[in-house]
Amino acid sequence: MLPELGHFALILAMLLAGLQGFFGIAGPALGRDRWTAAVTPAVAGQFVMLATSVACLIASFVDNDFSVLYIAENSNSALPLFYRVTAMWGAHEGSLLLWIFLLGCWTVAVAIGVSRLPSRFAARVLGVLGVVSFGFLLFMLATSNPFLRLDPPAPDGRDLNPILQDPALAIHPPILYTGYVGFAVAFAFACAAMLEGRMDQMWARWTRPWTTAAWAFLSVGIALGSWWAYYELGWGGYWFWDPVENASFMPWLVGTALIHSLAVTDKRGLFKSWTLLLSILAFSLSLLGTFLVRSGVLVSVHSFAADPTKGIFILVFLCVMIGGALTLYAWRAPLLKSQAGFDLGARESFLLFNNILLVIAAATVLGGTLAPLISDSLGLGTLSVGTPYFNPTFMLSMLPLTALLSLGVHANWKRGRLSDSKRTLLITLIVAAITAIILIYGVYSNGKVLSPVAATLGVWIILSSLVDPIDRIRRKLSLPRGVIGMTVAHIGLGMFLLSVTTVESFTLERDVALGQGDQTTVGNYEFRFQGVKPIEGPNYNGVEGTVVVTRHGVPTSVVHPQKRQYWVQRQVTTEASIEMHRGSNVFVALGDDLGAGKWSVRFQIRPLVNFLWLGAFIMALGGAIAATDKRYTLAKQAEAAPVTAPAPGVAG
Amino acid sequence: MNRFLIPLGAFVLLAIVLAVGLKHSPEKGVIKSPLLGKAAPTFSLPVLTDTSRTFNSADLKGRWYLFNVWGTWCVECRHEHEALLEIAKRGEVSIVGLDWRDEDAAALQWLQELGNPYEVIAADREGRIAIDWGVYAAPETFLVDPQGTVVYKYIGPLTMDAWVNEFVPRLPPKQAAKS
Amino acid sequence: MKRSCAIVLCLLLASSLSYAVDTTQMPTPELQKRYLGLTHELRCMQCQNEAIADSPVNLAADLRRQVAEMLQAGKSDDDVRNYMTARYGDFILFRPRVSSKTIWLWATPGILLLIGAAVAVRVSKQRAALVGQDNEPVEEDVRS
Repeated sequence: MLPELGHFALILAMLLAGLQGFFGIAGPALGRDRWTAAVTPAVAGQFVMLATSVACLIASFVDNDFSVLYIAENSNSALPLFYRVTAMWGAHEGSLLLWIFLLGCWTVAVAIGVSRLPSRFAARVLGVLGVVSFGFLLFMLATSNPFLRLDPPAPDGRDLNPILQDPALAIHPPILYTGYVGFAVAFAFACAAMLEGRMDQMWARWTRPWTTAAWAFLSVGIALGSWWAYYELGWGGYWFWDPVENASFMPWLVGTALIHSLAVTDKRGLFKSWTLLLSILAFSLSLLGTFLVRSGVLVSVHSFAADPTKGIFILVFLCVMIGGALTLYAWRAPLLKSQAGFDLGARESFLLFNNILLVIAAATVLGGTLAPLISDSLGLGTLSVGTPYFNPTFMLSMLPLTALLSLGVHANWKRGRLSDSKRTLLITLIVAAITAIILIYGVYSNGKVLSPVAATLGVWIILSSLVDPIDRIRRKLSLPRGVIGMTVAHIGLGMFLLSVTTVESFTLERDVALGQGDQTTVGNYEFRFQGVKPIEGPNYNGVEGTVVVTRHGVPTSVVHPQKRQYWVQRQVTTEASIEMHRGSNVFVALGDDLGAGKWSVRFQIRPLVNFLWLGAFIMALGGAIAATDKRYTLAKQAEAAPVTAPAPGVAG
Repeated sequence: MNRFLIPLGAFVLLAIVLAVGLKHSPEKGVIKSPLLGKAAPTFSLPVLTDTSRTFNSADLKGRWYLFNVWGTWCVECRHEHEALLEIAKRGEVSIVGLDWRDEDAAALQWLQELGNPYEVIAADREGRIAIDWGVYAAPETFLVDPQGTVVYKYIGPLTMDAWVNEFVPRLPPKQAAKS
Repeated sequence: MKRSCAIVLCLLLASSLSYAVDTTQMPTPELQKRYLGLTHELRCMQCQNEAIADSPVNLAADLRRQVAEMLQAGKSDDDVRNYMTARYGDFILFRPRVSSKTIWLWATPGILLLIGAAVAVRVSKQRAALVGQDNEPVEEDVRS
């Protein structure tokens, strides 16, 4: 009963999305106010249907309804309740429904938010979102229906993939998708602005909070995935430049460029066509990511079950949405010209460099990710691209960016003369360099050349970001949330950079075969292996090892790394033991049973690694703070007075 | 106006690349072998059915043969066994087997159960010869010509369809006529 | 879609997060360093996103043994790479070699930076020239 209801709700949702799209675009275009007014009810209706559908699917999971094929493939009666719920998005069909549902959530939020904007513009924004939703729902119903029945019903399910039976990985998709999907809002605002010929900078101000919020979610989503990989995968890696990881990273890079470009457009009416293009680009990369993950075009450990027919559908959808938006862009953008100016040392300059470098970084990642595909298509043979390519090429554009950041954060708008803050900056640079060198040579040993440089940049970002707010507080000036958010976000980035530098330069790793009572030394720590004992969990069994950790002979802890085997899918997972000690992570993971009581064990000492994810979360926090700046609500109230459609070609 | 069309143009290019990639995608994961057109690696290994005997690959020169890599641990190898027996029956090429990283006893048992399509089977217990042939996923089947050149490599369980469509056209007409 | 055994096995293993803990010890620290470097540079052809250092499958173990034996026999790093690519193709290397086939990949970031620099120069010049005539006030005084 529930699956049928869910299925039916999906069909209705698709129809309502179609109506939302149609009324939203045709209404304002043809001047039909009744159509324009019909958009909001369509939004509400679609959301209700989507929520119903999701609720039905989750309820069916909780009920262990194995007559539904998707549930039979992804759940099991022994699966704990929490994971029966999160299994809803454990595979392609369900995660797609989650995607669409989150788009519905954003749409409702936007509908409420734009209610104070001119109604035709608001309708257009919602209309574009409706078109996106319609396309995805059509795709779902045609190729990826999660409510398909299994006849006769399976006696029990094939269980959720054990790697997904983990709290961090369970919430990683919803948060990640919230970010991904959120860029559709910026996309919709851009398309609405282009459709309307409304090219003044108010559109930029309206878009900013939405885009920043989406960016913050995406940052958290990516950080969660990375953190999970680190503690779950057993070899202490946190980023692999895997195609699917890159698929989420590219929208993030462009999204970062976008939030900075929006600042310039909002403030000075500059870079309008560029900001439009970035708005289109960010969501396009999200869509491209969806394509790469679900079409089987790229080989990846992450990708869902590959199916070329799904790939064709998504590709066509991509062409319609992105091609359409870029055509609009080619039509409208030439009309945007601004006569504003700025000095070389002004803030706009730094934001220009920021954008250029971020887009180059995104293009580099895109090129590397698609390289195997391109090489194959051109008949140049099978190419393989991994960390040895991405690391140096990514750093090429990103290190200059971090250096410029510390300078740019002080620059004034329009008239920037660095001489004003030269002295303060010089002091912060010297302090940063000294701190970094002490850190590296005092605490850790044998740093490579790049490490002190990169570490200095990291600390410098943190210090120079603080100069301004502290100055403002001292001069009793206001400290708007935008400034606080920016400072916090930049500090997060500085922490991240510092962490990556120390982890990459100073990690100590040993793989050793140990028998009962054997000891090994890694860095300043000694590890004594005390053997393993069998253990059992709700849906798995395994072994648990005991290792006594001492530092220079002083006992610090006893750790218990595990290896589990899940009953149903018979997969083995490693639960490494990770302990924080004096700012470093002490990482112990079981390898293989070598027989005769000996086990291979992996030890890692990773300094400052937790700052990596902490830094990312702080970045996202900064974004969240900035998104709630009061300027955005005030602006909307000011715009409540109806504005007649301006003639195209309005100069900034 | 021109430069604003650049993004659209770039996207069109990208879409073409993706479309081409989609078309090729069923072959993803299949790496082209660098051995094609080169001399087949030589080896000397114990014979599975009589481990006191050594088999030398030089003995294979002068005729067409299939070099089939398999193991009892490989589920898909079971699926192709029927096709191998059929090809062996047709007799236009002989099939040489490489028992990859396997246990002799289990392999012999397997052959007894399922039948033996091989003219001779070399036991590669340590996996060194498989590396020489660039094997990475069982089952794999190579087609080698009388001069000892590797003509074709097929990855995955062999089927009669694949035999007829991929292998037979590469055999000279006289051989194929027997098919 | 036909999938050979090993690739299926690999996808299962990869999603089961098995990894290899390689306890091989080479006779000298220098050889050990080279060994670790090479085993992290070579792709496991079955689990194609892992290096042979990390992959748990038999093939990876065999390839690691090959690397160890070659290094102990005094071969150079390039000898090992050539040995592997002769049998498995360039795909086995994680770092694509700089060759006529891959030059576009390696050159692209540099070229993009040059283009970016050119754009930066042009826009900066344009805008700096307009500053004198631009009398519009900037919202919210100093630094927003």
